[in-house]
This record gives sequence, C-alpha cells and structure tokens, in this order.
Amino acid sequence: MAQVAPRLADRQRNLALHLRQIEAAREQQADLVIFPELSLTGYFVRDMVPDVALPRESAEIARLVEAAGPSALVAGFVEESPQHRFYNAALFAEQGRIVHVHRKVYLPTYGLFDEQRYFAAGERIEAFDSARFGRVGLLICEDFWHLSAAAIMQAEEVDLLICVANSPARGVAGQEIRTAESYRVMASTFAQLLGAMVIVVNRVGFEDGLCFWGGSRIVGPDGSVLAAAPMLDESLTVGTIDLAELRRQRMITPLGRDERLLLTIEELQRIKRRRYGGT
Amino acid sequence: MERDPAQAALEINPELVAAILCRFISTELHRAGFRHAVVGLSGGIDSSVVTTLAARALGPDNVLAVTMPYKTSSEATRQDAQTVIDHLGVRSLDVPITESIDAYFRRFPDASRLRLANKCARERMTVLYDQSAAFEALVLGTSNKSELLLGYGTQYGDLASAINPVGDLYKTQMYRLAEYLGVPERIIKKPPTGDLWVGQTDEGELGFTYAEVDRLLVLMVDCRWRRAELVEFGFDPQFVDHVAEMIRRNHYKRRMPVIAKLSPRTMDRDFRYARDWGT
Repeated sequence: MAQVAPRLADRQRNLALHLRQIEAAREQQADLVIFPELSLTGYFVRDMVPDVALPRESAEIARLVEAAGPSALVAGFVEESPQHRFYNAALFAEQGRIVHVHRKVYLPTYGLFDEQRYFAAGERIEAFDSARFGRVGLLICEDFWHLSAAAIMQAEEVDLLICVANSPARGVAGQEIRTAESYRVMASTFAQLLGAMVIVVNRVGFEDGLCFWGGSRIVGPDGSVLAAAPMLDESLTVGTIDLAELRRQRMITPLGRDERLLLTIEELQRIKRRRYGGT
Repeated sequence: MERDPAQAALEINPELVAAILCRFISTELHRAGFRHAVVGLSGGIDSSVVTTLAARALGPDNVLAVTMPYKTSSEATRQDAQTVIDHLGVRSLDVPITESIDAYFRRFPDASRLRLANKCARERMTVLYDQSAAFEALVLGTSNKSELLLGYGTQYGDLASAINPVGDLYKTQMYRLAEYLGVPERIIKKPPTGDLWVGQTDEGELGFTYAEVDRLLVLMVDCRWRRAELVEFGFDPQFVDHVAEMIRRNHYKRRMPVIAKLSPRTMDRDFRYARDWGT
C-alpha cells in the first residue's frame, strides 16, 4: 500500500515517485503494489484535467507497468479516451500487461466535490481474473459508497476487492476522523458480506486546505484488519493476504453460496418497471 | 440525558485537530518553497493558538511573532503577547504602529473610530507582509470561523494572510484547542477583544456572546437547519435573522473582487485551478 502524497498536476514528478515506491515495494517482495486514486496527477486537477490526461497505451503507463515487473500494480490516472473524454481511472496490471482499467462510475459533485464538471463517468462495474489474486474488483473512492457497487462485486464473486481513494478529512469531534471511521466500517462490513479480502488505499497530504487522511488498510474476509498504514503520514505498508482464509470464512458464513442472484435481478427489473416504466 | 445538537456539532478532538493543522502549516509552507512563518501576535487567543501551532509545526526558531501595538493598546495585552513569546521561544519583533497611523490621521482628524480601527488592521497587514519578505516567510492568518462568517474583521487587514490554519474553527472551538495546546490561562480567560480602542470587547461590540452565536452558526451553516427549525429549537427569531443577515452582508469579505467577464476564460469563474497547482 503506497500511501503517497502526489504533487498536484506534476505527472513527471509523480511518475518518479511511483517508480521509487515500486522499487522499494519490490525490495520487500511485494506481489501487489497499490497506489491511491489519481496517484499520477493529484486530486484537484480541475482545468488541468486535459493537460494531465493519458491514453492507457501511453509510454508513461507502459513504463509504470514495466517497472512493476512480475508484481501486480494498481495506479490512478486521468484517462483520455479516443473520443477525448476524460475519466478518473485506475489500472490493474500484472506480469507486464494491463489487465483491467476501471473508470470511476460515481463522480461526487456536491459539497467540496466537483468531479462531474471535469470527468466523464465510467459505465461499467466489472471484476476481472488475475493470475495470483483470484477474481478481483477495483473501485474508486465514491464508488465504494454505493451499495450497488459492492452488490455487483458480490455477484461477480470477487476474492479481492480493492478501493483506491482520495478521501478528505471531515469531522474532527471524535477519536477518529469521521470519514476515516466510515471507510473503516465499510471495509470491514464489505469484507464480511462479500467473504472477500478488501484493500483500501487512500492518499495523504493537503490540497487547497483539504487533508487526505491516509489510513490505508487490508481487511480479511472476517472483517479483521490484517495491515494498517498510519493516519495522515506517507508510508509504504506491506501486509500479507492468505487466500486460504477465504475458504475458511466461506465455510463458516456461506453468504455468497446462499445469495439469490436471479431473485435480485427479477426484483431489480420489477423496480425498473415501476420507476422507469416499460415492460 | 438528551444530546444537545449544537454542543455536539461544536465538539472537537483537539489532539486530532492539532495533528492536522500542524501538518497543514508545514506542508503548505514547504510546497510554496518556504520554511518560515510570520504571525501578528496580539496577545489574544486566536493569534496565540496560531503561533503555538506554527512553533510546533516548524520549530520555534522558524516562527516570527510580530507585535504591533498602537498607543491605545493595553499594557496587559502586550504582556500576554510577551508571555506567549517567552513560553514558546519563538522569534519576536515589536513594531509599534502609532507614528504611521497618527501621521495619516493628522490630515483627517474627524475620522471615525471604525476608520481608525480598519486603518490599524491594514497597517499591521503591511508590516506583516513586509516582515515576511525580510524573514523569507509566509504570513499565517488568525481569523476564526465565527469572525469570517460574521464579517468581524477588516478586509485586507487582519483577514489577509497566505494560509489560515484556524479559519474552519469557531471561537468556541478555539478555546478548546487553546487549552489543549497549553496557551496561558490568562489569555483563555480574558474577554476577546480586537483592542481597537480602550475597553473594546468583541462581544460588547457584536451585541452577543461567541458562546451564543457559535451555537446558532454551527446549526445554521454546518448542520443546515432551516429558520423554522432554529426558532423551534429556541433561538430568538430576531437573533436568527440578524446573524443570517450579517453572514450575507459580509460575504464580499470572503471572496476575491468581482471581475467583469469579457473573455472566454475569466479568473475565478472558468479559469479554474487549485491554489496548490503544481505543488
């Protein structure tokens, strides 16, 4: 978990930061290196979105993927599509090639957020198969707050759910930052409900007064925390996930086995008719 | 016992707040290429808190506290400022503003007390910005959220700064933070004053106490209660309207000057970049 503080809209510097972190992670025998949301660009890119955007075939992305070598990699970037739409995207690469790119579906545009002004929304929430981590789901920040995204990932039968985030701190009354508490609870809850490993990687640092709180974590399928990065400060935190734990937990609590997917689909179709009409 | 929603909304964990604000100060300074900070230290609670946070964040040697008394400034206030300086071990500079202020007003002997107060605030601002150049520093702001909302400050005077660590804390919350930071009790206990003229107090001038108005502000602004809900809760409707009007009337102080739009891209409207662009 590369809990970094990228420099806002300085892609070259951030690429160098990624290469250093990947090297350090590989020295620690990491099989998977995860950077936060928009790790190549920083968060408040605003009018710089077109300036920092990259097609997924770009040389810079290729360089990152190559640097990871045999390790798997998750990194955040602004993706420019052939139609010149700009997406808040995260890639999963493994064994030297891009396996999957997730385009953030839920772009928060309320309160301090303004993402729909700058980004096009992704239109798919789908899992993919990885060589070493089973079936993997990748979500970006606000996606994680939508139950439907977690439900789709459950239907996808993921073994590992990764959420990369740029979550700013709000709420300082309690022992814990309130947004951090929400993520902690969601990560543990989703891990248990999905019977999957959940990894959340959040950035640190400040942009225009916003404090990104870090607190990245790996949660096992019983909801327990397997590794946790510090709050507020940069860190490269290595944890171990044991996919055999999935078998044990799914024997104890076989929620995935008992899930009635067709019933859910039928109910959703009924609701679709009620809310949007048609047959 | 039933939870008081206003009190609950005003609660802060001062340890967490200090951890965030110290990182905010050092990050914002360093990203702009600075190591030093300058603070105008009046001897009141807000500037004492900011000076303490800066000393913690940067080390006392990197902080310059500037005292800028006018001839009517009270001796007790000056002593309080000196106590903070001695207690923290920060650098200090005393720049009395009496001569320059009096030289100006000799031409305008009929000027009102408000004009004098605003001129003093702006004189102090020019001293701070000049000293920041000499000390290779950024100016730290000390305006709290209560003052910013009520417009209880001088535009381009005490409201001016490079970065403001305490602008999202109500006065009530400043007390809590001050206690945690070990600001001398005398400073915490005395009535808040701008020391604008002999015997002036904030609460005397505003016509209500911070304790009262902060309860209203937090419910109105942060919790987004409607007028009817505030009145139902027990606030005097006239008080609610008066405070709402103060917030509205003073909004200009919280914004940059309005620019007449002519071109395709206009500052602050559709030329949108983060302040921390490229850092």
